[in-house]
Amino acid sequence: MPADSSTTEPLVKARGLVFRRGDRAIFDGVDLDVSAGRVTAIMGPSGSGKTTLLRLIGGQLRPHAGSVRVEGQEVAALPRPGLYRLRRRMGMLFQSGALFTDLSVFDNVAFPIREHTGLPEPLVRDLVLLKLQAVGLRGARHLMPAELSGGMARRVALARAIALDPVLVMYDEPFTGQDPITMGVLVTLIRRLNDLLGLTSIVVSHDVHETMAIADYVYVLADGRVIAEGTPDELRDSSSEWVRQFLDARPDGPVPFHYPAPALEADLFDGGEGR
Amino acid sequence: MTDLVAALGQRTLLGLQGLGRAVVLVLRLLAAVPAALRRPRLIIEQVYAVGVLSMVIIVVSSLFVGMVLGLQGYYTLVDFGAAESVGTLVALSLVRELGPVVTALLFAGRAGSSLTAEVGLMKATEQLSSMEMMAVDPERRILAPRFIASFISVPLLAVVFSAVGVLGGYLVAVGMIGIDAGAFWSNMQSAVSVRDDILNGFIKSVVFGFVAGWIALHKGYEAEPTSQGVSRATTMGVVHASLAVLGLDFLLTALMFD
Ligand SMILES: Nc1ncnc2c1ncn2[C@@H]1O[C@H](COP(=O)(O)OP(=O)(O)OP(=O)(O)O)[C@@H](O)[C@H]1O
Ligand SMILES: [Mg+2]
Repeated sequence: MPADSSTTEPLVKARGLVFRRGDRAIFDGVDLDVSAGRVTAIMGPSGSGKTTLLRLIGGQLRPHAGSVRVEGQEVAALPRPGLYRLRRRMGMLFQSGALFTDLSVFDNVAFPIREHTGLPEPLVRDLVLLKLQAVGLRGARHLMPAELSGGMARRVALARAIALDPVLVMYDEPFTGQDPITMGVLVTLIRRLNDLLGLTSIVVSHDVHETMAIADYVYVLADGRVIAEGTPDELRDSSSEWVRQFLDARPDGPVPFHYPAPALEADLFDGGEGR
Repeated sequence: MTDLVAALGQRTLLGLQGLGRAVVLVLRLLAAVPAALRRPRLIIEQVYAVGVLSMVIIVVSSLFVGMVLGLQGYYTLVDFGAAESVGTLVALSLVRELGPVVTALLFAGRAGSSLTAEVGLMKATEQLSSMEMMAVDPERRILAPRFIASFISVPLLAVVFSAVGVLGGYLVAVGMIGIDAGAFWSNMQSAVSVRDDILNGFIKSVVFGFVAGWIALHKGYEAEPTSQGVSRATTMGVVHASLAVLGLDFLLTALMFD
């Protein structure tokens, strides 16, 4: 772990980030740094834009204002070849897994390796088996995605995301749908990959406890802004109501549980005029 | 009334926008063709999926079409004492029109719809997105091989259609009705020209293959990422491809056989 993050340029740097869906501002001026070599966690209520943030970093969406820089390059300004060169150095675990349904588990993990390296097939095989071993699914390599459980599919997607040993790995909800044992393994795996291979990781998760355990730095998003940031210890000691509500999983507090809507009474008793 | 005009205007605008995106897509696909050609295995897989697997429906339909042509041709020609020319009629109808057109229509229904649904579902399930994040261009990796395969398959299927159709006509005319086999073939040979008929028919089927593949892929790639969106895209893909084929057929016929 780097001793002092302030001296090195962060790997990902967002400044004044604004992104809208229709009239709704998903981000309204977000500043955020991901230091190289660290595990940075992004937490926040559902719908707060965590997945959107990862897509902005990956260049799949363009910010309406502000900037996202990865390795010093402005992602939205990169021409296609440059963007693709950058993406080869990123791995992303999609929230839905997004496995190729017509390819077996093995071929899914082999896909990025075959596309981007000219490695001979025996070597591809070894690499794939190692990645599958890491997520505990070496024995499931012949299965098709439709034959996997949700949690297994996500682990295959994880193996695929790290297949090319990327510099930056983005995990969108890696722990969802995992049993406690697998969860423990994945938590250690993410931390171990990060430290052994010198990766940089961004972990998006609702699992406060697990995430706080492996993160070096945590951002909490809500209402289009960063409402809290710091090391896990700093956040645990924080007296901010936002943070307390999130960490203690309290339903009421400054973070709204509901998607913006008119008052329930008004909605229920408006005689069915509005939908 | 103003609502109607506004709605009409909006639909026209949306339609034009869709057309614009379709043109952009086809240009990008054409640009991706050289790169895609360097991976022939991907193309061969698709030729199998869209072409070879369409063979059964093509062979069966063309056999029936040819047999019907033989019967109808005979009923019409026999009144003029020209029953021997039935081979000519069957061959010309097939090579010039029915071969390319019916093949393209069947292709749109059998293979085009599955292309649209496949690509639409890949989009809806974020497979295309995840491919992009792996720095693999889905237009090059997924769309281009399918486009090339359609372009290759339709002309070949049309050739099969015409050939089997002629055979169907032969079975009826010679086998059932009892027209002299020698007259059947020699009339056909002397009347069908390689350049005017066979080549022009082939050109038609090339154009239809291009258009059918393009429309199917465009609809799938543009599909709203929901199950409803994919189903609507599939239907619209078949409808639009069929209309485009028939419209273009008129245009090409007017240009070719004047
Ligand atoms: N394609 C889209 N079109 C319109 N709005 C969208 C689209 N995708 C997401 N949104 C909106 O953007 C907001 C942020 O979505 P996002 O998926 O980033 O949330 P999230 O923080 O990842 O939530 P979760 O924890 O549930 O995955 C949501 O309110 C959602 O309604
Ligand atoms: Mg999300």
